Amino acid sequence: MNFDCVKNSLGRLVPREVPGLGPLAPYAGAYSRLDGSYVWTPAARQHRVPAPSTNKVASSLREAIERSGLQDGMTISFHHHLRNGDAVVGIVLSELERMGIRDITLAPSSLGDSHDCVADAIRKGFVTRLNTSGVRGEVGKAITNGLLAAPAVIRSHGGRARAIEEGSLHIDVAFLAAPACDRLGNMTGSAGKTACGSMGYAIHDAKYADHVIAVTDNLVAYPLSPRISVPQYLVDQVVVVDSIGDPSKIATGATRITRDPVQLRIAELAFKLIRSSGYIKEDCSFQTGGGGPSLAVARFVRDYMKAENITGSYCVGGITGYMADMLKDGLFRSLFDVQSFDAAVTSSIAGNPYHMEADVSWYANPFNKGCLVNDLDVVVLAALDVDVDFNVDVLTGHDGVLRGASGGHSDTAAGAKLSVITIPSMRNGVPSIRERVQTVVTPGETVDVIVTEKGIAINPLREDLLAKAKDAGLPVKDIRQLKAEIEKTTGLPDEVNFTDEIVGLVEYRDGTIIDSIRKVK
Amino acid sequence: MNSIRGKDRPRRSLLYIPGNNPGMLQNCSIYGSDGVLLDLEDSISISEKDSARKLVKHALMALDFGSVECIVRINGRDTPYFEADLAEIIPAAPDAIRLPKVDSAEDVIEADRIITRIETECSLESGTVGIQAMLETARAIVNVNSIAAASPRLVGLTLGGQDLAADLGIKATKGGLELLFAKSAVVIAAKAFGLQAFDTVYTDVADLEGLAEAAALSVSLGFTGKAAIHPSQISVIHAAFAPSEKEVGKATKIVAAAREAEKRGLGVIAVDGKMIDAPVVAQAARTLELARLAGMEVPEL
Repeated sequence: MNFDCVKNSLGRLVPREVPGLGPLAPYAGAYSRLDGSYVWTPAARQHRVPAPSTNKVASSLREAIERSGLQDGMTISFHHHLRNGDAVVGIVLSELERMGIRDITLAPSSLGDSHDCVADAIRKGFVTRLNTSGVRGEVGKAITNGLLAAPAVIRSHGGRARAIEEGSLHIDVAFLAAPACDRLGNMTGSAGKTACGSMGYAIHDAKYADHVIAVTDNLVAYPLSPRISVPQYLVDQVVVVDSIGDPSKIATGATRITRDPVQLRIAELAFKLIRSSGYIKEDCSFQTGGGGPSLAVARFVRDYMKAENITGSYCVGGITGYMADMLKDGLFRSLFDVQSFDAAVTSSIAGNPYHMEADVSWYANPFNKGCLVNDLDVVVLAALDVDVDFNVDVLTGHDGVLRGASGGHSDTAAGAKLSVITIPSMRNGVPSIRERVQTVVTPGETVDVIVTEKGIAINPLREDLLAKAKDAGLPVKDIRQLKAEIEKTTGLPDEVNFTDEIVGLVEYRDGTIIDSIRKVK
Repeated sequence: MNSIRGKDRPRRSLLYIPGNNPGMLQNCSIYGSDGVLLDLEDSISISEKDSARKLVKHALMALDFGSVECIVRINGRDTPYFEADLAEIIPAAPDAIRLPKVDSAEDVIEADRIITRIETECSLESGTVGIQAMLETARAIVNVNSIAAASPRLVGLTLGGQDLAADLGIKATKGGLELLFAKSAVVIAAKAFGLQAFDTVYTDVADLEGLAEAAALSVSLGFTGKAAIHPSQISVIHAAFAPSEKEVGKATKIVAAAREAEKRGLGVIAVDGKMIDAPVVAQAARTLELARLAGMEVPEL
């Protein structure tokens, strides 16, 4: 697939137009549509009004699909709250294959380790287009090897919410896995043996898809109570299946803090940098993930807040049991939970009124009237690679194959007053600071600090942070100096060879195209 | 001999790193310890002795340890690896070697003789590589004073707690109070001969509170440093060596008064109406140095 391309403001070649996607705007700066003057025009929506007597419970998945009016060439969506235990994508794709439905556009909120079935569907040819936040395993290879009919579109969580709401990503049928559901389609993720906590992505798809099918293995008496995540008035049908997923991979125990000394060192440095910034104070807001050094940073922050008697306002994002404990300990007044990272969260979200379920538009859609990330003080993020311009790649592996997720990375980096990237200086002997990342997901303009175990690099745009970090005696280095130090050990790896063929697009949260993904030679 | 040069550098924490683990060697200088102990002895199995020796040699030559002191614990004089270790390691010029199983002055003198020869052969400045002597037997404790006096190359004495307890036929406890006499003997001999004294490791990596107590004991006995076996132990050890605000305040007054007395040519120093002796001034200066190392605010004097 070769397109008429133009250089965006980061110097990346991106298509002006792609058949099926229409004209595309090149990225022009992280805040170019956020100066207060941009007018957003969401598409008008319509749906057929069901008769009040309709029995929503379909006798089978096939019947539900038939009744939904799903046809060749349509777009279907899923949520990824069931983590690596999800079975619903696979069940639905198998049924669609058996029904002979072709040319499907898949638009899940993200894909994980349990979704090699999507790669099969792409190879068999009945899934031809893909919109997602993340990919793993075989799906990444399928995209990078150019097996789709059109470039895959990678969006951030906030960007996907925006695209769905405005209609540039139109969902015909949403298949929403429901750990607990009643006969009229009230759903929640905080009950049942496959409980997954928040259903923040599902809520949004339910609001904007033309047709919504709840897929459950736990049909409860009407009305589902006491907690409803997706209300019945958004749901067309309910299907009962044997199992929506593997509880052992959904209801995972509390995410543990890493014991890896290098990760802990990175976390300690990141925390000291955050402390020096002065952002951790009364009423502060904070976001961190569950992987790598993130949770260890949270532990340092917790200990500091306890010692200094600081109460924060809120934590947001993917929520771990650790954050739920911080809420219980009174260190933050509230949690906004878009996606629960471990089952340790479930009892908190079900029982603590200050642990609030938030939909993904509320979380990060840059074009609504004020999303949660806009008011964040501090976010701690991971990365696969960074470059000397502070651009971040969370998608591309060292072999050039897609193996990551855009997630809320660019949303939170743009929104937070302080965005901190934690990254080991090298992985398997390959240095993590590049001259130029392969795929820009989060632009350097929105990244304030990069923390490695070998030192801290601060974006020259943030002279204030630089001065504070130096005052605190932290090992601050120019990013090129840090890069050179790392390369003294690693040397420079050979570049991966790519063809010119564009197999994927990275859409920035505001709908502009920030980078193109190319086929590996 | 310029082993004197590094004699007084701070060595509050010395982190043991197995010499056969490239990943750990490569990262050993990032954890904030004052020094690292690259180990060829107890953490290396017999089948790995040769490869670890080579790896440590190359690590010394290739890696940038920054301001972190680099010490290699070689195998003892009673082993077949002793001379090979020295022959391979000394040309790579570590800051010091830690010599285990030192029973008598002879052990130190023999190591010194070999090191001196290799330094000459390699055109290294004489005294480049220091020696830390490790006392791990009852006999060593009996000979501690002559060991401390054995070589100008010595920078410090240390205890091997586990082996010493075994030699004494007693049970080593986490707190290590049963080795009180040996610990004090090492400290006093070290101080008498201008050396540093390092306490033995705290073996329970998960118990940082127990380590804090043990490190506090090390400090109270007069040790100048303590070995660590996990990066998480470093900050706990450093905290034990950090003086209190009150101590820093008092030390500041004493050092300021001493400076003032010197400037005015006075022989007698008084603080708050009390006479102050020279050793107290020296101790106050050490307190301020430890405060600076701990990142505390110390007024410029």
